[in-house]
Amino acid sequence: MISAKDLQFTGYRRPDGRVGVRNHVLIIPVDDLSNAAAEAVAHNIKGTMALPHPYGRLQFGADLDLTFRTLAGQGRNPNCAAAVVIGIEPKWTDRIVQEIAKTGKPVAGFSIERSGDLKTIEAASRQAKMFVHDASEIRREPFPVSQLTMSCKCGESDTTSGLAANPTVGRAFERLAAAGATLIFGETTEVTGAEDLVMELCETPEIARQFKAAFDDYQALVESQGVSLVGSQPTEGNIRGGLTTIEEKALGNIQKAGRCRVVDFLEPAHEPRKPGLSFMDSSSAAAEMVTLCAAAGSVVHFFPTGQGNVIGNPVIPVIKLSANPLTVATMSEHIDVDLSAMLRIEMNLDQAADAALQLLERTINGRMTCAEVLRHNEFVLTKLYRSA
Amino acid sequence: MTHGILMHEPDDDVGVAVADLAAGAAVGAITLEGKPVGTVTLADAVPLGHKVAMRDITCGSDVIEYGRVIGVATKDAARGSHVHTHCLATKRWKS
Repeated sequence: MISAKDLQFTGYRRPDGRVGVRNHVLIIPVDDLSNAAAEAVAHNIKGTMALPHPYGRLQFGADLDLTFRTLAGQGRNPNCAAAVVIGIEPKWTDRIVQEIAKTGKPVAGFSIERSGDLKTIEAASRQAKMFVHDASEIRREPFPVSQLTMSCKCGESDTTSGLAANPTVGRAFERLAAAGATLIFGETTEVTGAEDLVMELCETPEIARQFKAAFDDYQALVESQGVSLVGSQPTEGNIRGGLTTIEEKALGNIQKAGRCRVVDFLEPAHEPRKPGLSFMDSSSAAAEMVTLCAAAGSVVHFFPTGQGNVIGNPVIPVIKLSANPLTVATMSEHIDVDLSAMLRIEMNLDQAADAALQLLERTINGRMTCAEVLRHNEFVLTKLYRSA
Repeated sequence: MTHGILMHEPDDDVGVAVADLAAGAAVGAITLEGKPVGTVTLADAVPLGHKVAMRDITCGSDVIEYGRVIGVATKDAARGSHVHTHCLATKRWKS
């Protein structure tokens, strides 16, 4: 049995002491209008990546704060070596630049008004080029599991997820937590029917209370719309795979936590404050959740799937695990860890966790995941309500 | 493979087909720890990943999986039959 303490990780140490497992130079648009310039810079300069998205204009209140936190969080993420931020005007651009600058890493902002796209693209490209030269000279160094921050979320789940792939993540997380890693899970509505079990995992009554408040808040939001989540939760893909009710889906979902204690409750896109497993209030939509995890500083992600969700993320490698033999056979290019032997009782939970941890080690050390190789770069902001 | 159905808990009302199972087949059920839970003759064809009634389930009763309530039976489901949206519904949300 593999102990998480024995895993040999190498990564890129950042000025704030945190360690990344990828070495991106990110081009971050503040708003939808700046996507074109950001993508042009990424096209010009090898080794950079743009994060286009459809929002950032006329948002307000908590929704705006979450967008800022999510965008700045990509630059703050330890997988990011340096960031170029491009916005239509300078003030909101600078807000994101300043948040990233707090990590001590190189960051520069550019705004389009009074320059136009072309001059902005030239200036930002020249800056990005310098950042890439510098980033390319950063060397990997060994780091202990206690400096790892990672996340999990499942998707297109089916009954095999609850039987095998999710418990595998849970067992791997138990070992990682015991070795001092910082871990994130969430999916607030998707624990409906198992919310009492999440509360039992919480280390203190206060954490349980905060989790339950976020849980109740979302249920109330759905009810305020005069509708229910039947038809959306479980998804049609879940139902096709044999999951019938949200309760059944939830009981499978929470297997990912294993027997870990929940040591903290986090608002969406907030960075964990302590080692161990934190619950982050979050959507259960795959790309939204993984984007929030990246914003919170997760550097790698376990994604168990049943029917075959193909999601990836531009900033953090997403490791797919599946125990569904049909999915493993028909979608093999998407599955990093084949757990189908578990259904045949030819692989037990500890052996499956070993396989997951071995692939985690290789991924951290540079092996590209299926989602990375297939260019799955889903970057999706969570929107709390309509813009003004 | 000596089994066709996996069960979270030996006393659950339903088990999960781990292969496409044919109607009329006698199929062994087993827990994740490898403990046999008997054999059930299938009343319906049950696809991989879908649930099989391990005992007669009465309309209106809670349905147990993971040792927990996963919903309420909206129709009777005899031992060996396919259990899914046609006979099982959430207790949490109105449709």
